[in-house]
Amino acid sequence: MATVRIPTPLRQYTAGNSEVDVTGGTAGEALGQLVETHPDLKQHLYTGDGKLRSFVNVYKGDEDIRYLEGQDTSVEENDELSIIPSIAGGC
Amino acid sequence: MSSLPLKVGGGDMEHIHAHAKETYPEECSGVMVGMNTGEMKVVVDVWRAENTHGDERSRRFLIDPKEYIAFEKRADERDMEILGVYHSHPDHPAEPSEYDRDHAWPGWSYVITSVSGDDINATRSWLLKPDRSGYDEEDLVG
Repeated sequence: MATVRIPTPLRQYTAGNSEVDVTGGTAGEALGQLVETHPDLKQHLYTGDGKLRSFVNVYKGDEDIRYLEGQDTSVEENDELSIIPSIAGGC
Repeated sequence: MSSLPLKVGGGDMEHIHAHAKETYPEECSGVMVGMNTGEMKVVVDVWRAENTHGDERSRRFLIDPKEYIAFEKRADERDMEILGVYHSHPDHPAEPSEYDRDHAWPGWSYVITSVSGDDINATRSWLLKPDRSGYDEEDLVG
């Protein structure tokens, strides 16, 4: 199994767990499985038209998947994906 | 469900205000760490973050994901959690903007300080509604 690391503000939707096990051959499939298991996560990760929100960063190990193959980035057994919030705002 | 009050002690609040004045007219930001006692969210420390927004830092802030990871690790090591984020609104009210709402995370306290030069106009705390439709104001206690 691969794991997805959940940041503090989203753990309320994963029963307090900081890591969730997933299968799935690509990052997109792994995230899809995550929100299927924990549907309340969906609106915080995806926009209404199904795209990852721009301030949601997904890393495989230490690398942002945007600089790998995006949602098509392969996810192997024992890989760790991390959801990392960009914290932003303004007036 | 009504939100829990956020307790920010005098020293930590001074730190937030000093940060807001130092970076004026640009926005400052940082995280608040501590624990949720079930009755109150108690801030134990505030950690400054660098505003890495590429431009428009007088009306935008951005904390680098790598800095966020370091904050989360540091909080875990101290058995604390990140309770929320503070930032300043230079010459704007201490109320969340539409841009803030788009970028907010659920469950976190968002403390906003309105600053004009050396004057702190107001400091208020906000919590994103679970459906992301708006904010509820939180009680901010010292």
